[in-house]
Amino acid sequence: MALRSAEIAVGEVHEQVLVDDLTRTQIVQYAGASGDYNPLHTDDVYAREAAGYPGVFSHGMLVMGLTARAVTDWVGDGRLTRYGVRFKSQVWPGDRLTARVTVAGLRDDDGVGLVDLDVVTLNERGEEVIAGYATARVD
Amino acid sequence: MEQFTFPVEAGHILLFARSVGDPNPIYHDEEQAGKSEVGGIIAPPTFVQAASQYDPDYHLRPRIGEPWFGSGRTPSGVSEPASGGGRLHAEQHFEYFRPLRPGDVLTVTSTPGKTWEKTGRRGGKLVFEEHVTEYRDAAGELVVRARGVGVRPEKPVEQEAN
Repeated sequence: MALRSAEIAVGEVHEQVLVDDLTRTQIVQYAGASGDYNPLHTDDVYAREAAGYPGVFSHGMLVMGLTARAVTDWVGDGRLTRYGVRFKSQVWPGDRLTARVTVAGLRDDDGVGLVDLDVVTLNERGEEVIAGYATARVD
Repeated sequence: MEQFTFPVEAGHILLFARSVGDPNPIYHDEEQAGKSEVGGIIAPPTFVQAASQYDPDYHLRPRIGEPWFGSGRTPSGVSEPASGGGRLHAEQHFEYFRPLRPGDVLTVTSTPGKTWEKTGRRGGKLVFEEHVTEYRDAAGELVVRARGVGVRPEKPVEQEAN
């Protein structure tokens, strides 16, 4: 069920809620699975008292991982050729995150059809927490 | 240059997919994945980041018998925690040459890239450092190339990691 280029329109937008209420437990799950045990993300005492933050906050890579779902749910599995983001704002427990994937263009690379996507994820205040791009093969 | 081996395992992919909130059966259900276009379980797009589990020198994993900078009896287990909490992630980019599958044994090679400095919006100095990491399979073929940019703020950042 891969995407077909004929069915894609430049400017088309797909929005997907990634998480309604980001929990500290999910951040802990990501720490365990990824191996990034930076206590800034999982240890509230450290984050507040040693590092000077209001509390723990998400790994940027958790947000990038959550956002990937919005891309792959739409373009299909194993079709990405590139995916990149800048981390723009911190993501905190309780945040609601929505990904917005916009078709930036369609092109042909040596007979391989590609779709270029702009990818942003917004928090409940409408702030971009990550912004980047993805490219996927299309039929 | 740092180099280590990253064995890609089905259980690790399952746990990682859960941790990024993705219930897609392509990441855990062999039967359904087998009927799909990719023909079997693959790893999610950001899974290579979990290679750090196998990096012997990874500094964000506690080491047995050594002080850890997170809290225990005191807010930090080291006397002088990094000001601003250490390095934060500013950018991450991946290029994919084929999907990762359980059974792949990847050789991970990381090389430092550029470094540059910027002044943050609240006046602190931000030091950016780039790393390029290549993930090659047993045949030596490039599977994923990653470019990460880290930033080391002098004080805690608030929305200014760029």
